[in-house]
Amino acid sequence: MTTATAQITAKQRPGDRVFSGSAVFAGSMILVTLAAVAGFLLIQSLPALVASNEDASILDSNFWAYVGPLVFGTVWAALLALVMALPISIGIALFISHYAPRRLASVLGYIVDLLAAVPSVVFGLWGIGVLAPAIQPLYSWLVDNMGWFPLFAGPVSGTGRTILTAAVVLAVMVLPIITAICREVFLQTPVLHEEAALALGATRWEMIRIAVLPFGRPGIISASVLGLGRALGETMAVAMVLSATGAVTFQLLTSVNPSTIAANIALSFPEAYGINVNVLIATGLILFVVTFAVNALARWIVSRRKEFSGAN
Amino acid sequence: MTTTLTPPELRPAASPIANSLTAGKLPQGAPWMMLGASLLVAAGVFGVVAAGNGSEFNWVGTLVVGAILYIVAIWLFSRIVEGSRRATDRFVTALVTGAFVLAMIPLVSLAITVVTFGLARFDAEFFTSSMRNVTGEGGGALHAIVGTLLMTGTAALISIPIGLMTSIYLVEYGRGRLAQGITFLVDVMTGIPSIVAGLFAYALFAIFWGPGTRTGIAGAVALTVLMIPVVVRSSEEMLKLVPNELREAAYALGVPKWLTIVKVVLPTAIAGITTGIMLAIARVIGETAPLLIAAGFTQSMNYNLFEGRMSSLPVFVYTQYANQGNPPEAYLDRAWAAALTLILIVMALNLIARLVARFFAPKLGR
Repeated sequence: MTTATAQITAKQRPGDRVFSGSAVFAGSMILVTLAAVAGFLLIQSLPALVASNEDASILDSNFWAYVGPLVFGTVWAALLALVMALPISIGIALFISHYAPRRLASVLGYIVDLLAAVPSVVFGLWGIGVLAPAIQPLYSWLVDNMGWFPLFAGPVSGTGRTILTAAVVLAVMVLPIITAICREVFLQTPVLHEEAALALGATRWEMIRIAVLPFGRPGIISASVLGLGRALGETMAVAMVLSATGAVTFQLLTSVNPSTIAANIALSFPEAYGINVNVLIATGLILFVVTFAVNALARWIVSRRKEFSGAN
Repeated sequence: MTTTLTPPELRPAASPIANSLTAGKLPQGAPWMMLGASLLVAAGVFGVVAAGNGSEFNWVGTLVVGAILYIVAIWLFSRIVEGSRRATDRFVTALVTGAFVLAMIPLVSLAITVVTFGLARFDAEFFTSSMRNVTGEGGGALHAIVGTLLMTGTAALISIPIGLMTSIYLVEYGRGRLAQGITFLVDVMTGIPSIVAGLFAYALFAIFWGPGTRTGIAGAVALTVLMIPVVVRSSEEMLKLVPNELREAAYALGVPKWLTIVKVVLPTAIAGITTGIMLAIARVIGETAPLLIAAGFTQSMNYNLFEGRMSSLPVFVYTQYANQGNPPEAYLDRAWAAALTLILIVMALNLIARLVARFFAPKLGR
């Protein structure tokens, strides 16, 4: 390619121009949409950032004192959900990729994916109608017998609608996401590595430990971060299951629970008026920033090892 | 490992084992027998407790204790007979299988609950009437079903062309900065929490039409923001699967690029693209929070996207649960019936999507 004149360019037909033009337009619409999301949220948030309790009735003192406990609750519930979901997801992914009979594996994968298809409001109904009453005796037992452990300190909640129940529902919801990515990554393990391990006399677990898990570690990390991002933004299930008081506490089983940003917006927004609306939108902006940071972290981990395009 | 070269028959004759290949191993059916025995023991313990207390038989406790007993037993027996490495292997196998069974519990419980509670009001009246002037029993979700169809349909109408053209741009045209930027932003959009999309739609319409505006079109815009990245991602994957030889063959015949895309690339990938779009619709049709924020809820029919609040099925479920009147059972029954309807729609979309993918997929010779 030393002489530019030697290159033959294709004739530009009108159809080509229209088509490529509309493709570029559609691509740019993504840019515009995202800029609009950030822009409109910012515009609507600005009045809230400087508001005091005289302007907005839901504020106690100022905006940051209002959003602080919510951020804590959001992160705390999402982390609890992740701690529960991650080991189980890795187990399921291993079961589907390396333990289940070959023919069953894809069917089992579909079944786990079905969990992802259930709308969150149905999870909310289930959590409040089935899970909370069923799990409350366990909470009573934990408080009675393990109450010395700070997380399980009493008094126990009578309804079972605690932060731990919300986290269990969240865990069920992020489980299929983490499982799907882990499964893909585990299946990408070079077969030669696995066979080499088996040929050296390794048992199946030893093969997984020395061949599959080291290979899949970046995938597991990015899957869990993506699951965390999903759990941070989950709204209805938490709004319905959690009976929140807005306190900052690490206790899991009492009726004093922190709320989350998303659940708080869903519960307060329909009745909000005036500056209160701007306050809620500003908390939404903060949620957006937090999930953006978490997702960016996941993308960064994925991009370090390109072969795991496991994200989505 | 010098002993591996020793032929098996040279082992000490004192060994009573007949077949050295199965020596030092648990028999084949042992795990199943142990599982059955553990469950029986657990059932026995809980049965005695139940008979002693006069309380109900504890199924959950039986299964949990049985599973724990099995994990301990298989490890112990394997450790005695097969040694520590095999024991660890069996222990992990039990744990991994247990993880899968554990994940099935919420799914099965959810399915049973939704079907049993949902069938109470899953009748003709539910699908033919709205909640206008209904307090207490009766009423239905027709207004919510119509709202869901209108808003999801509008969202699909906006996001399918944009999403599809964006993926075509990324796969066929996109080079350099803009393509990289768009790929990154699609990733960012995938991670937008659904409630933030609702807030965006609300803020957008509040600026132009005054605060407090809640319309169907705002809900559709919120759903569009959530749907576009899903459509782009799945269509992009499918377009990348189209073999380059097909494109090159078309170019060699002198077919313009845009016709190649329309006549060769898209038909090859159309099954996968359809599947992706249906899964995207299935995802946004269950979204509650953005519609609660942007479209609000109402008790009456509303066919006009641009005027007045509009109900949808997920929001109907939530409002029926959250604003229970008298008698509360009537409201809860309606909530469960709407949840059952919603799940059936989502499952049907998923099923059709899988069938399309299976039966209309192009034969790529693999």
